[in-house]
Amino acid sequence: MATVQINLPLPVLPEGWAGEKDFKPISQLSAANDRNIEPVGPHFLAHARRKRHKRTFSEDDRIQAQANVKKVEDDDEGEISEPEDPVLLQREAKDWKNQDHYAVLGIARYRHRATEEQIKKAHRRKVLKHHPDKKAAAGGTEDDQFFKCIQKATEVLLDPVKRRQFDSVDEAAEVEPPTKKETQKGNFYKLWGKVFESEGRFSNNQPVPKLGNEKSTKPEVEAFYNFWYNFDSWRSFEYLDEDVPDDNENRDQKRHVERKNQNARRKKKTEDTTRLRKLVDDALALDERIKKFRQEEHAQKNKRRFEKEAEQKRLAEEAAKAKEEAARLQQEKEAAEKAEKAEGKKAKEAAKNAAKKNKRVVRGAVKDANYFHAGGDAPAAQIDSALNDVDLIITKIDNEELATLTGKLNGQKDGGVITQIFQDEVKRLVGAGKLKDGEAKSLSA
Amino acid sequence: MSAEAENTPTQKVAIGISFGNSYSSIAFTTGDGKAEVIANEDGDRQIPSILSYVEGEELHGSQAKSQLIRNSKNTVAYFRDFLGQEFKSIDPSPCHQSAHPIQHESTISFKIRDSEEEKENDVTVSEITTRHLKRIRDSASDYLGKKVNAAVITVPTNFTEAQKAALSQAAKDADIEVLQFINEPVSAVLAYDARPDAKIADKIVVVADLGGTRSDVAVVASRGGIYTVLATLHDYEVSGFKLDQVLIDHFAKEFIKKHKSAGDPRENDRSLAKMKLECEAVKKALSIGTTANFSVESLANGIDFTATINRSRYELLASKIFAAFARLVTHAVEKAELDPLDITEVILAGGNSHTPRIASAVGNAFPETTTVLAPSTSPTAINPSELSVRGAAIQASLIQEFDVEDIEQSTHPMVTVVPHLSHAVGVLCISGDESHGIFHPIVDAETSLPVRRSAIISTPREGGDVLIKLAEGAGHIKVTKPEPKPKKEANEDDEDDSDEDDSEEEEEELRERTWKIGKILSEAAIRGVKKGGKVEVQINIAADLSVNAIFREVGAKGGVRGILSSSKVTQNGSA
Ligand SMILES: Nc1ncnc2c1ncn2[C@@H]1O[C@H](COP(=O)(O)OP(=O)(O)OP(=O)(O)O)[C@@H](O)[C@H]1O
Repeated sequence: MATVQINLPLPVLPEGWAGEKDFKPISQLSAANDRNIEPVGPHFLAHARRKRHKRTFSEDDRIQAQANVKKVEDDDEGEISEPEDPVLLQREAKDWKNQDHYAVLGIARYRHRATEEQIKKAHRRKVLKHHPDKKAAAGGTEDDQFFKCIQKATEVLLDPVKRRQFDSVDEAAEVEPPTKKETQKGNFYKLWGKVFESEGRFSNNQPVPKLGNEKSTKPEVEAFYNFWYNFDSWRSFEYLDEDVPDDNENRDQKRHVERKNQNARRKKKTEDTTRLRKLVDDALALDERIKKFRQEEHAQKNKRRFEKEAEQKRLAEEAAKAKEEAARLQQEKEAAEKAEKAEGKKAKEAAKNAAKKNKRVVRGAVKDANYFHAGGDAPAAQIDSALNDVDLIITKIDNEELATLTGKLNGQKDGGVITQIFQDEVKRLVGAGKLKDGEAKSLSA
Repeated sequence: MSAEAENTPTQKVAIGISFGNSYSSIAFTTGDGKAEVIANEDGDRQIPSILSYVEGEELHGSQAKSQLIRNSKNTVAYFRDFLGQEFKSIDPSPCHQSAHPIQHESTISFKIRDSEEEKENDVTVSEITTRHLKRIRDSASDYLGKKVNAAVITVPTNFTEAQKAALSQAAKDADIEVLQFINEPVSAVLAYDARPDAKIADKIVVVADLGGTRSDVAVVASRGGIYTVLATLHDYEVSGFKLDQVLIDHFAKEFIKKHKSAGDPRENDRSLAKMKLECEAVKKALSIGTTANFSVESLANGIDFTATINRSRYELLASKIFAAFARLVTHAVEKAELDPLDITEVILAGGNSHTPRIASAVGNAFPETTTVLAPSTSPTAINPSELSVRGAAIQASLIQEFDVEDIEQSTHPMVTVVPHLSHAVGVLCISGDESHGIFHPIVDAETSLPVRRSAIISTPREGGDVLIKLAEGAGHIKVTKPEPKPKKEANEDDEDDSDEDDSEEEEEELRERTWKIGKILSEAAIRGVKKGGKVEVQINIAADLSVNAIFREVGAKGGVRGILSSSKVTQNGSA
């Protein structure tokens, strides 16, 4: 028994996997094909021994066993034979260039679509029928003209190069483009579809895009026409060459014919390219989808323009609004500033008044403290000195300090305490470097 | 003849016969099971299937073939395919230069002077075949020293029952009991598989046979030594005849160039016959040598003509035929709904497969992974002219002890018609990047049932619990287009403005054979696998498509058993 070695690892059992006795059946095998095995070799004999098991099989068994067997050999009979045109049968082989090779082989319905196998089978059918020996047997003449036509047709069609040359000029495979009138009766896709399908046989690039229908999308239609405007064709015209004289006698004549042929081929190729371009132009012009797409595009464009204008309007409006807002803000700001200014003046005034008041309190306190004179009426010098010193203090302190000082002095009647307060203030000012030590003589205790 | 000693009535002496339109061969199997091809009294192992009558004397093989020049009307050649056929369904073309086939009641005959009498007789194709087989049988009997009385004969795959019946009767009339007809391509596969060093493997083999009057291609699935023909093609235009004709035309033109006034030698029957014989010899010589001589005395108008040709010239002249043969092989693979990547081996058979260029033309249609078996590509290749007859001799040795009734029953459709798997069956493994699992087949598609296969599968590095999913898989060809060449940076803002031009030369795309995972059939768990342990899966698939599988760690006892019934899914316990 054969054993396969597999080196890729098995997956890890997923968390929570469960199967009865670790096995989980899921589905059955797909249906098998019945085929004939070859009754050959030692392994077959082992198979036969097992299968027969001393049984004997009958004719009925044979029929039953073979009922569903996949067939391997084709039967040639399946093909429908095209009726043979009596005119065709009268052809001369030497005129092979002008014969319809497909018709000769009875595969005119396939033409360029015929596969190599179909051509071979067709050839064989014709050989079996038209071999000169068969004609002789049927009492006919040993005329082998049509047989030679068959051979020629096969030679051309089974040679990929020669077949292309013939297919290039195979008039029977051509589909004439419909006229404008015919198209406008409403069969655009059907009529032109056939034309493009036929032209597509010459394409080096396969598959060839289909014409499609009214539901085709814009990219599809564009791809289609792009393909045809860039068509890469293998069509060539050497099949229509004039015969080149085969003898070596007349070299000049030979070269002349060859050159003529070359020119003719080139001319025909150019004409064909022009023909195809015009054909595509015509189709494009008649293609309703192109009109539809253009209209849609137009509508799209209009829509875009509207949108653009609306947007511009919106932007302008927005800008105006913003400007207004800015002005408003400016105004507000100015007003506020003005108010603030007025407010400041008032405060200053108040502060001034307060300072005045405070100064009064401070000066008053000096009197209450008896001009810092201990006991009895203060002499005038002392009064002067005290008042000067207090004034000095007042000039050295700002309104806030003045207010603090006033706060401390407010309500104080005791001369000693007041004197102490002043002395502390002087000390503070000296400490802060605002007064020199001893500058306020009357308070320098 | 001395060797015609009487055998004891029951003794069966069986050989293998390959009977072609152009050549026939005979072979027997030695005591140690090797096939050996027998040379006839002329020393030929490829004996022309030709008979010729001169004044009542019967010439056979090479001697008859040389009569095609002087005595073509009384020489019968290329007749095998006429057996059992009606006149309307035969192609008389190959007999253009020998006795023509004619209608004879519902069969075919040749009008030849085959006695001393001065009159032509209608000799049927059956009678001709009998005479041919008699000569062949005599050669074999002479060689073996005992009277040959049975044979396995090879036939093309499209030989009809009527053709086989006619051949069987003709053989019987030559005192040969046909033990079995076997298909030529299958016989070729057997010839290779019967070599002592051959391993029986699952493979798809294409047998490409380029004979004298026709070419035949068969795609054969070989599964455990059982062969199934998946597709065949036959072609009567691609042939050795056509290759000979290429050389005939070439030398005729050379001759005309040199001797303008002598005329075209092809227009004279005798000259043409001479050319044909010589050109076949030139063709054979070019299989070994790089040049060959063409030399014919009195080719036309009494002018002797000699010329040489080298191999490359011949290859050029015949290139269209070689290409057509390669296409035929490719078409056969397509007809079998396979890809060249699916083909393990191509066996080149038929005499023309000696031609090196034919082997390489066919080989070029396949990837490197396909082995091409031909003399020019493999030093161990079997002579392509002998493949059929060798297989036939091996088959003859296998069944010669059976009586006819036995063989008939063993080859009955009740035995040979067998269900074949439509999909491969295998397991899902993991690999680095693929999260879905990778299908690995254990039994391939087109394997006949019943079948039993086993596989040994790796486990994750650390071992532990593993999951075994059985699934169906379908072969799939993955095509990777070559990386488009990096293009110059596109202009800033045009994202969807692609102006690709396809003009750049096409690089070859990469084609690989991969698997598509189909139906999941079952899941099974193996728990606690040792570090570095492996798991063994055994699958038995019965003819009714029921599956019986056993999963176990290699070396462990017991394991998990699972059954998938054919009609409904059931399950079973541990094995
Ligand atoms: N060494 C060789 N080199 C090239 N061609 C060869 C060689 N030997 C034989 N042939 C050619 O092989 C052909 C014969 O092939 P084969 O022996 O397979 O004949 P066959 O089975 O009778 O063929 P068929 O039935 O198609 O006529 C002839 O065309 C012959 O010229």
